[in-house]
Amino acid sequence: MLRINCPWCGLRDEIEFRYRGDAQAQRPAASAGPNAFTAYVYERSNRRDWHIEWWLHVGGCRRLLKIERHTLTHEIRAVADNAEQS
Amino acid sequence: MNSDATYSRPPESHERESAGRYSLLRLLREGLGGQRGWSRAWHKAEPRPRYRVVIVGGGGHGLATAYYLAREFGIRDVAVVERGPIGLGNVGRNTTIIRSNYFRPENIRFYDYSLRLWQSLERELNFNAMVSQRGTLNLFHTESQRDLFTRRANQMRLLGVDAEAVGRDSLRELVPLIDLDNGRYPVLGGFLQRRGGTVRHDAVAWGYARAASALGVDIIEHCEVTGIRRDGARVSGVETTRGAIMADTVCLAVAGHSSQLAAMVDLPLPIETHVLQAFVTESVKPVLDVVLTYGAGHFYVSQSDRGGLVYGGATDGYNSYGQRGTLPMAEEVAAAALTVMPSLARLKVVRQWGGVVDMSMDGSPIISRTPIDGLLLNGGWCYGGFKAIPAGGMTTAHLIATGNPHPLAAHLSLDRFASGRTVDERGLGPFPYAH
Ligand SMILES: Cc1cc2nc3c(=O)[nH]c(=O)nc-3n(C[C@H](O)[C@H](O)[C@H](O)COP(=O)(O)OP(=O)(O)OC[C@H]3O[C@@H](n4cnc5c(N)ncnc54)[C@H](O)[C@@H]3O)c2cc1C
Ligand SMILES: [Zn+2]
Repeated sequence: MLRINCPWCGLRDEIEFRYRGDAQAQRPAASAGPNAFTAYVYERSNRRDWHIEWWLHVGGCRRLLKIERHTLTHEIRAVADNAEQS
Repeated sequence: MNSDATYSRPPESHERESAGRYSLLRLLREGLGGQRGWSRAWHKAEPRPRYRVVIVGGGGHGLATAYYLAREFGIRDVAVVERGPIGLGNVGRNTTIIRSNYFRPENIRFYDYSLRLWQSLERELNFNAMVSQRGTLNLFHTESQRDLFTRRANQMRLLGVDAEAVGRDSLRELVPLIDLDNGRYPVLGGFLQRRGGTVRHDAVAWGYARAASALGVDIIEHCEVTGIRRDGARVSGVETTRGAIMADTVCLAVAGHSSQLAAMVDLPLPIETHVLQAFVTESVKPVLDVVLTYGAGHFYVSQSDRGGLVYGGATDGYNSYGQRGTLPMAEEVAAAALTVMPSLARLKVVRQWGGVVDMSMDGSPIISRTPIDGLLLNGGWCYGGFKAIPAGGMTTAHLIATGNPHPLAAHLSLDRFASGRTVDERGLGPFPYAH
């Protein structure tokens, strides 16, 4: 069971959240061409390491959070509201 | 490609400590002789400096590919390099279901080819893999689900693959444990594929390993690949914890670790690694003789020959390399189980584990060349690659031996993502956590 420290709601259980995938993928400029879009839509780093990812707090504040979590140990070392960082 | 003379000579099959043919007569003889005449089922090979083909990963697909290379294409200068003992990856962690009830025609053809290979596999390998075509039964709970399943069954039947609708009365007879009128999601009916069933998963790894080894393939355990060597645009071999091994062709068959191996040559893949759990209850007398899937939640179940109910559900839902799994999914699966089979509440769960599955972005596997010459990929098996082992091995061997995709696996190439020809069974889009 993951426990995620939501900046708005405090420490909450994983079941309140929905995973929304890798947060590292950056949408390319419209003119970037098909290869850049293929990479954006389909290719993932899929690291066995620290991983930056989206989690939606559906059962709480309904904010989209950006979380840094280790994909082997599941340890979470950073949680931020999406709006706080850009 | 180099001539065969430049390779060190692979051992002849008769030089191998191999187990000889297994038969009823042999069983009787060994039984009377105190079981002392059995030898190792396969030869534990030491790495040689060079092979024609190196296959990374001693799971079902790696071992099957090696076997078919030797058997169908006469290519015996092959090594399967496995970081641990063979068979401890997903091939030994899955819930053993085989079936070909897919929707996309190219998938139906591929998985039904696999099902046909399963039907003759034990005879071919001379190994008891306990192939049991007890049938796979999918329940539906809404009218729209009935339409969806009907469409799939029709698609299958158009291609000559068996699928039949099962009404509530027959369901009651087939699986008395189902609570058809359960208060949450009453069961409207089901679809049965009689040729589907289960196979003893470990035996698949052992059977292919034994048969491949007897044909001259080197199976090298405790040998982790740590790098991939290149010579310009071509692959030239692998670095391992037991030294470098050179090869003309390197085939990755590492399932959940595909991205890590591909990263060694800076090749990003359309794959995410997720964890999938399985559970086994204490043993009971026979209560279930089909593979059953619940249609309104994450739960499927079969009964092993030992009597335990083997069940599972969906992936935990986020990227993970932890071969364990977490409690929320365990609870969700159990809740679904009790909705459709309330009597299971009396059983204790005695074992639980997880495997890291290679979830591709469209939910279909990848059997393909890569942008690096001589480097091939067998992966992206998601949670369904066990049933595909015979076809996956055969078509991967075909690709290695001929340089061209096997017609039944041509739709599984890596470039389908760039060209927009993704093979998405349920039209879910590039979201592995949703597949
Ligand atoms: C819980 C669970 C239930 C499942 N149920 C079913 C089912 O009912 N039906 C079905 O069809 N499918 C099922 N699957 C999926 C199926 O098990 C997999 O898709 C399939 O086994 C993957 O192919 P494989 O056997 O070759 O993989 P694996 O057995 O995982 O083989 C890959 C091998 O590569 C090795 N490896 C990794 N990195 C390296 C390295 N650097 N160097 C050397 N070796 C390396 C690993 O140690 C491993 O042995 C299930 C999976 C899980 C986890
Ligand atoms: Zn919150």
